[in-house]
Amino acid sequence: MIQTVCPVTSNLQVGPAIYVLKFHSPEIASAVQPGQFVNVKVNDAFVPLLRRPFSVYYVEKEEVALIFNVAGTGTDILSKKKAGETVDIIGPLGSAFRLDDRYETALLVGGGMGVAPLPMMTSKLEHSSKTVVTLLGARSKDFIIPAYLKNISIATDDGSIGFHGTVVDLLRKGLSGRMYVKPKIFACGPNPMLKSVCNVAEEFHVPCELSLESVMGCGIGICQGCPVERNDGEKKYALVCKEGPVFDYTAIRVK
Amino acid sequence: MRMQTEVIIGSLKLKNPVLVASGTFGYGDDCRDLVDAGKLGGIITKSLSLRQRDGNPPVRIVETASGMLNSIGLANIGVEKFIQEKLPYLNSLDTAVIANIAASSIQEYCTVLSMLEGQEGIDGYEINVSCPNVKEGGLNFGTNSAMTAEITRALRKLTRKTLIIKLTPNVTHVSEFARAVAGEGADAISLINTVIGMAVDIRTRTPKLSTVTGGLSGPAIKPIALAKVYEAAQAVKIPLIGIGGIMTAEDAIEFLLVGASAIQVGTANFIDPSAGVKIAEDIVRYGEQHHIASVKELVGGLHVVKGMSVVESWL
Repeated sequence: MIQTVCPVTSNLQVGPAIYVLKFHSPEIASAVQPGQFVNVKVNDAFVPLLRRPFSVYYVEKEEVALIFNVAGTGTDILSKKKAGETVDIIGPLGSAFRLDDRYETALLVGGGMGVAPLPMMTSKLEHSSKTVVTLLGARSKDFIIPAYLKNISIATDDGSIGFHGTVVDLLRKGLSGRMYVKPKIFACGPNPMLKSVCNVAEEFHVPCELSLESVMGCGIGICQGCPVERNDGEKKYALVCKEGPVFDYTAIRVK
Repeated sequence: MRMQTEVIIGSLKLKNPVLVASGTFGYGDDCRDLVDAGKLGGIITKSLSLRQRDGNPPVRIVETASGMLNSIGLANIGVEKFIQEKLPYLNSLDTAVIANIAASSIQEYCTVLSMLEGQEGIDGYEINVSCPNVKEGGLNFGTNSAMTAEITRALRKLTRKTLIIKLTPNVTHVSEFARAVAGEGADAISLINTVIGMAVDIRTRTPKLSTVTGGLSGPAIKPIALAKVYEAAQAVKIPLIGIGGIMTAEDAIEFLLVGASAIQVGTANFIDPSAGVKIAEDIVRYGEQHHIASVKELVGGLHVVKGMSVVESWL
């Protein structure tokens, strides 16, 4: 974990209000694992006051890419960053997906901006014997960002492309049709989606890891601001920033 | 000539006037990669209670204009685990360690302090009588000056180490509480704790925090904090430790000028864990630029011009 001021190398609009921002940081690029995040201070001002956490989208040599949807002040400022301007980054932070255990098919499930950690996982899995299947969901065609992914099936809420329904419906369909050999689910997206993924994983007895989204105060465990209820152990809560954002689905209760 | 930065709080000599506030630096270990904590005047631990506390359900944090609301609910590992697992690391740092204690009864305050009293490496105590986010104890103590005095009296009997009482701004006259605490032999007063606040989601028409209200911190509360420290400084002679929205050395110096002997950096740590170290260095730079021999010269150095109309009614 380091704190570093990094030059932005590019910032491209890839969807309706979706951007991919790349910054130069050899230290973070070489250290980050799929599923980990960075915490970004978008300006020097007091508004917005706090950093913004983003999963690392992919790494290219010494550059790190983030993907984000403009949803508020922080992401609006970030969307206007130009190459040569800087961002203050703390990272890499949090836990990573466990990609090397005993399964054969990696089911990468992303809902909306939950696509964020999937490209880095895909490139990591390319050097393994695992089969990669990607299930992407979004409200409509324009919000599907399929770059850097493999074997993609798409679900949209409005049916404008692919399966008409949610990405979890699509997952359920595949699992009940026994389409995947010894699968393990890796899911990222909003909590209601992850909650449904948990139900499906339990129903089909499929191992599953989740990457959670949460509001965070600090990103490093000092503010205690991002609790998620846990199932195991003596403590009631885990911190999404420090013990997560990636959890085994049996360890936590997604609400 | 380098400015002298040492300050004395009770029996404790701090290498500089910059401390990190309770609940904003964990137990020191989470920040080890990012900051050289040995350059701080001291670390105030996360509030310690007798037993581990889980804290409040999510949502615990809401960002507001130049500030943030929190409702953590004193989540902490409990004093025993702190002694076993966290104190050794804190002791390895070349800085003062002040244990912050929270409790729901006078007896519990006394028990926790007694457990810490036997440990090496605790340089002092800060007593949290002012947490706005727990149902029992907390603010109920801190908004009753007789109760605040009673807690101070009980704890004073148990220790000769530096005893600091942390006051809440959520009262009509903080000076009344300052006098009560000073009268019972506290070594110092730290202020302010967070200001009670609230945020509403108009889409769902629900409070944004799970506990409806929470504690506001950050730059938004600095003017309130300065006025409270100024008020307390008119009322008591014991050292004050200023807290509230300090982001820069300039902020810190404002607090020194209105009467604080030292300051605590809180919310700024969430954005930049090395904020305290930078502020300590920048205070020295300011001192050298202005040919100030000792940081003590700044304390209470506010010029209130004669004839300036000061509203005394709240003092």
